[in-house]
Amino acid sequence: MAVLTYREALNDALREEMERDDSTFIIGEEVGEYDGAYKVTKGLLDQFGEWRVRDAPIAELGFAGLGVGAAMAGLRPIVEFMTWNFALLAIDEVVNAAAKMFQMSGGQYNVPIVFRGPGGAALQLAAQHSQSPEPWYSYAPGLKVIAPATAKDAKGLLKSAIRDNDPVVFIESEIMYNLVRDEVPEEEYLTPIGKAEVKREGSDVTVVCHSKMVHQALAAARTLEKEEIDVEVLDLRTVRPLDVDAIVASVRKTNRAVVAEEGWPMCNIGAQVVDDIQREAFDSLDAPVARVNGLDVPMPYAKNLEKLATPNADHVAAAVRHVCYAD
Amino acid sequence: MSAANPGRSTATVSDAPAAGAPGGESSGDPDAFLGLSQEECVGLLREMIIERRFEEKAAEVYQVGKIGGFCHLYIGQEAVSAGSISPLRDDDYVITAYRDHAQAIARGMEPNAVMAELYGRVDGCSKGFGGSMHMFDKSLNFMGGHGIVGSHLPLAVGVGYAIRYRGGDQVCLCFFGDSVVNIGAFHESMNMAARWKLPVIFLLENNRYGMGTDYRRVAAVKELKDRGRAYEGLTSLDVDGMDVLAVRQAMEEAIERGRNEKTPSFIEARCFRYMGHSMADPMHGTYRTREEVEKWRSDDPILSFTRKLMDAGRLTEEEYKAIDREAKEIAEESAAFADRSPFPDPEALYRYVYSDGYPDDMRRRDAWRKELR
Repeated sequence: MAVLTYREALNDALREEMERDDSTFIIGEEVGEYDGAYKVTKGLLDQFGEWRVRDAPIAELGFAGLGVGAAMAGLRPIVEFMTWNFALLAIDEVVNAAAKMFQMSGGQYNVPIVFRGPGGAALQLAAQHSQSPEPWYSYAPGLKVIAPATAKDAKGLLKSAIRDNDPVVFIESEIMYNLVRDEVPEEEYLTPIGKAEVKREGSDVTVVCHSKMVHQALAAARTLEKEEIDVEVLDLRTVRPLDVDAIVASVRKTNRAVVAEEGWPMCNIGAQVVDDIQREAFDSLDAPVARVNGLDVPMPYAKNLEKLATPNADHVAAAVRHVCYAD
Repeated sequence: MSAANPGRSTATVSDAPAAGAPGGESSGDPDAFLGLSQEECVGLLREMIIERRFEEKAAEVYQVGKIGGFCHLYIGQEAVSAGSISPLRDDDYVITAYRDHAQAIARGMEPNAVMAELYGRVDGCSKGFGGSMHMFDKSLNFMGGHGIVGSHLPLAVGVGYAIRYRGGDQVCLCFFGDSVVNIGAFHESMNMAARWKLPVIFLLENNRYGMGTDYRRVAAVKELKDRGRAYEGLTSLDVDGMDVLAVRQAMEEAIERGRNEKTPSFIEARCFRYMGHSMADPMHGTYRTREEVEKWRSDDPILSFTRKLMDAGRLTEEEYKAIDREAKEIAEESAAFADRSPFPDPEALYRYVYSDGYPDDMRRRDAWRKELR
């Protein structure tokens, strides 16, 4: 096994899938000559040429729609958004076109497309460049939404997303591109879409999380170990469809749950997870479910305020103590 | 622009034109018909009349509640669909907006399947999931039926991209209305299609009103075709959209450019919709006068082409009447067919959300509703 960064794992996934299937192409701003704004597409233009690695004008709506049309005509596009913040300009093509096409056409036109790019906050990028897009897309039936936390999952899930026959929203992270590195199998593998994974087994509390918050939850678990609280970390990996079975199974075992995510609290993924828990594991709960999330404000620029608004491992640990009545 | 001729009296297609009217000096001159045979010409006329009678029937059954939702009729614009779709090959692509019934029929869809879709029935071309605005037929490369103004233009560019990607010589014909020229997606699409030489034919049906707004009130250019001039490699032109042969000729040239040079075209076809924006909207009123509607109707595309064919000795009154009778029968039969067609199976509700099936654990959220178990 090789240790790869999250970025390298994504680059490997793109290269392998483009080698495997010549109907796969990538389009986005700076993906070619510049090697990608975050270098995820490094080297691909040289290997595959401009029709398969297409530098787009800054026209998110236009090139996202181009991808949808190309998918309807039989190709398998990968649309890179430099960040998901800019993708709001294209949400019509993702939600109104890609997500609905299969049903609207009575099952004639499926749309095999991946929309990908980094989401969430980085460091002091202020309000318009610091937000988590998962809930916006998870709201829409027809989409699959993936937000992996490890290099291994990033590679395996991106490969699955490219092979999937429906539109997939794939949310990466500026912070994780370089900071997250872990063992990635040398041989080919696919990670299934829609399946959560227990990243740390525990018996006292389940922390349901995804993306960056998985690392915060694991850090919190290490802290809580010293307090003899045994935390199970359940990484959703895919936030739509939700792996309700995995959530319920874990909560039935631990009888307590915390849901942790980076984004705003209203209508977020955690809100849905809490709902699924109360529907299916109500009688297993020994405490109300606690939620950790970003504060309900546009992200401020000032360093101290940004820190206050962003959830971290201490917040997760505090929430776990709270549901254990140990605070 | 042929538009209004105030001197002429109001006419509809029901008023069978008199054969052998004066001015028939071009009789038999094949150049006057783009080299089309008599049979091909009559085929174009027949197509337009079928579209017209179909839409009239749709209006009628809408009034008695057979069709739900929005229903945007195409009456008055038939020359554009017939003239533009007829020169396409089967492997070309067509994509359009929500005023799509007639274009679907022109592309070869059975009127029965279009009407059944309007009725929301299982034999509809989109199995009852699309309705008036979302006609699809993959076997005909008819790619919808899209309901958000302007948003399908980037899709057409993607189809053009796929054609070039595979080294094909097809074209993608993309219909849209005059309100689209002020939308960002229009310019983003023109720019990409021109820059990467994609064989897309952008066909603007300028029926003069975006719902109830005269295009001249909201566009900062007088000539909408000028909007295409900013893009090198894009051929922009306008054409009389009330003249089926003029549309056909412009399309044939655009298809040539698309197939051979891989360059896009932007055609503004100037036409007029006789009905309101949708069945829920008035034909005239605050935004346009009855006189304006009548003026355009006097230049009716079906009537004028019928007259032209008769003048040239290519059509007799009897033949015209037979075509019209057949078109009415097709429209009647489509409504009867739609009435007979069953509603979609409730089991189909989750069937087309994902192509690999709807996850059971997600579906459990609504399982407390007994009828969904």
